[in-house]
Amino acid sequence: MTATGELAAIDFVPAPKAGPRAIRLGLVGGAVAVFVSVNGMVEAFSGRLLLGSLALGEALLLSVPLLIGYLAGRPEPVLEGFTARRPGWRNVLAGLVAGLASGVTLALFVVLVASFDIRGVFLNATPELVRDGPRILTFGLELGAGLGLLLGLYVALGGAGGVLQVLPGRFRRAVLTALGWVAGLALMQPAVAQVLRGIQQELRIWTAPLTDFLYDASGALSVPGIATIAAAAFCLQLLASRQHRKPVRTRLEQLPDRSRRILRVAILAAVLLLLGLLPQVIGPFLSEVLNIAGIFLLMALGLNIVVGFAGLLDLGYVAFFAVGAYTTALLTSPQSSVGVGWVFWLAVPFVILAAAVSGLMVGTPVLRMRGDYLAIVTLGFGEIARLLFISDWLKPWFGGAQGIIQVGDISLGPVQIRTPEAFFYVLFVFVLLAAYATYALQDSRIGRAWMAMREDEAVAEAMGVNIVTAKLSAFIVGAVLAGFGGALFATKIGSVFPHSFNVIVSITVLVVIIVGGMASVPGVVLGTLVLVGLPELLREFEEYRFLIYGALLIFMMLKRPEGFIPSGRRAEELHEQEVAQDEWLVAGAPETGATDADRDEPN
Amino acid sequence: MALFEIRGLTKDFGGVRAVDGLDLDIDEGEIVSVIGPNGAGKTTLFNLVTGMVTADQGAVNFQGRAIAGLRPSQILALGIARTFQNVRLFPEMTVRENVMVARHCRTRSGMLKAVLRPPSFRREEKETRQRAERALEFFGSRLVGWRFDTPARSLSYANRRRLEIARALASDPKLLLLDEPTAGMNPRETEELIELIRRMRDDLGVTIALIEHDMRLVKGVSERVVVLDYGQLIAQGRYDEVASNDRVIEAYLGRKATTA
Ligand SMILES: Nc1ncnc2c1ncn2[C@@H]1O[C@H](COP(=O)(O)OP(=O)(O)OP(=O)(O)O)[C@@H](O)[C@H]1O
Ligand SMILES: [Mg+2]
Repeated sequence: MTATGELAAIDFVPAPKAGPRAIRLGLVGGAVAVFVSVNGMVEAFSGRLLLGSLALGEALLLSVPLLIGYLAGRPEPVLEGFTARRPGWRNVLAGLVAGLASGVTLALFVVLVASFDIRGVFLNATPELVRDGPRILTFGLELGAGLGLLLGLYVALGGAGGVLQVLPGRFRRAVLTALGWVAGLALMQPAVAQVLRGIQQELRIWTAPLTDFLYDASGALSVPGIATIAAAAFCLQLLASRQHRKPVRTRLEQLPDRSRRILRVAILAAVLLLLGLLPQVIGPFLSEVLNIAGIFLLMALGLNIVVGFAGLLDLGYVAFFAVGAYTTALLTSPQSSVGVGWVFWLAVPFVILAAAVSGLMVGTPVLRMRGDYLAIVTLGFGEIARLLFISDWLKPWFGGAQGIIQVGDISLGPVQIRTPEAFFYVLFVFVLLAAYATYALQDSRIGRAWMAMREDEAVAEAMGVNIVTAKLSAFIVGAVLAGFGGALFATKIGSVFPHSFNVIVSITVLVVIIVGGMASVPGVVLGTLVLVGLPELLREFEEYRFLIYGALLIFMMLKRPEGFIPSGRRAEELHEQEVAQDEWLVAGAPETGATDADRDEPN
Repeated sequence: MALFEIRGLTKDFGGVRAVDGLDLDIDEGEIVSVIGPNGAGKTTLFNLVTGMVTADQGAVNFQGRAIAGLRPSQILALGIARTFQNVRLFPEMTVRENVMVARHCRTRSGMLKAVLRPPSFRREEKETRQRAERALEFFGSRLVGWRFDTPARSLSYANRRRLEIARALASDPKLLLLDEPTAGMNPRETEELIELIRRMRDDLGVTIALIEHDMRLVKGVSERVVVLDYGQLIAQGRYDEVASNDRVIEAYLGRKATTA
């Protein structure tokens, strides 16, 4: 913060450095635009039309200046006691400048790609980007005209981002909501179209024409569709923010106990009914996507107990998944070394047993380790497990790299679970049980012991928690849930191969719970759906999955380390109450020398 | 026989002999203050007694039972609870949960019960909750009501100290070790705490040993004062006896000149 000595400017934030900030942000944006171009994302995404004739790749490229302009146009942070400057042309200007800086950076890159062949270094900087074919970066135009259009669009969109900051809060939120809805519905086209079609087929409600109205034949959102969605979202958000409604939660809390219980049951019933219809409505492809996400969700719920509740950073979690899968395969496949070919349900108790034993085997040696050391050692265990399954030494049992095939299907009485839709129900029951167990354990003696251990191991022990039992039980519960995931995975795929169980699985599950929200079941569910489900749905993203995970992790660590949906503690508002009460205490006290705040902790 | 006996307790940290051949008895129902200059080994004594640090030599008997070598959780279960000089709560857990953790050793239900929730589980849970709330109510209105559900980290410093004491009390201790309970409190709050410490002994029948630097508290509350210096017991007795003891004055003044 620069302290200008000018008293005249005291009403405002000292020395607005908006210019340099806008340029800096613009350069960052330019770097991002260049990066997504050079790593092939823009080109890979240009196959899918998103809005009218705008492809996903172009939309990605154009979202950069909008975002950067929005960020650059943000009002300066205000020091306490200073009046904030009213948003005005400066914000727009900052957006324009940032957009220009991004545009120039990208333009330079375009010129570079047009004049030199840099493919020796950057494989994905193909001629298609500027010279031949679709000329993605110059929008199909000649170099000069394309550059002009690019710069113009970048400046305009940067300015538009800045304009957003000038709008009154309600309108800004409404515009952002509209943008979000348009982007979301455009991206989710395959899912939305399928759901609308499915509703028509299953429930005989005429929803299919809506699909044709919203989406073009190409799959992009049609122009009338865009207009309708944007207008609807804008108006709804505006309406919603007009009345000062109390948050839903406080209104619920004011209801009498009885009606609250009835409401809860009603909501639960409605949700269950919807979920019961879901697989039929969404069809086999989307059911399969949900099934993959569901298996990861089982694992994530398990790891959430180990990492989120008990605070034990386990990077070898995939080992338990593998144990569950191999146990199922060994016991249900007639081809396996055991060769008994049991039905799935008979194998389940053994899956629990094997997972629990492997949880103990990993947990016992790491009892005295914490944090980084624990992470490294468990990482090692995960790899050891995979190498054992793949090894020639154990090949007679586990089949080495060939794995085990003909894993039995699940059967419910006479019904064989073969279709993804049917599998969804089975998986759903497991997930429901796991989620229930998580809630139940969280609110119990053992759950409190885990959390105490997470917060301070030595003190937890001093307050009566036996750390050995607490740690081992966390490992065992986590292992069993992952084991269920593995068992379901094995029967779903119908075979197990060691290469399915590499460290990437552990990392993915960990990312899910970090991004979703540690120790929070809704967070874990959302995290799995977004981070595992979406890439399955939008195959273009598959190649860039880990890039996106990485970017998301960095973003979350900087901006929201507690995750998207943190475990529910209404800390902040209550904290204010606490401060208020302390002030009252101090004010109410006679001259008593030092108070809490200004007394140093001795020693 | 005393409730609590220490014989020849010794602990070395590298070259530093933090506790040096200490003998100490505490009778049932006593309030004992442990004082001494900084670094005298007071906190180390508490750490040794509660099993958080293992002794090099010596014996600790509690109700006639040797407790050296037990896990801290076992020692708590036998009835020795403590607070920490640098308050150590479970910051992200709520005030009530912090205290409920201390009931861990007095309750039994395991994971299966937690998931199946039979009546016995619910009864135990309810009782744990009530016990925790009662321990918090010991401090009047300061930690009750909406504070039950605030995370411990959002408490003021003095309230954190109170919460730590409530947490220790909730484990139904016979001997309570308080490490500088009034550090960070203003004189009015200190007065209040003196009153509470007496009530813990009189109403709850807890024997109390406390480390304190605030001589008003030491004078106001303790029936016996134990003075440590360089890990050795250099004097004990009533406050005025100890305060006029030459070795004590020397220990304090000799050190004060360099540290103050
Ligand atoms: N974990 C440890 N490792 C090494 N040295 C330690 C450790 N704990 C305590 N000491 C040393 O032991 C001696 C006694 O420390 P202790 O904390 O018991 O003193 P104290 O009487 O509680 O002092 P204070 O009044 O400052 O709290 C000090 O010299 C200290 O540096
Ligand atoms: Mg100390």
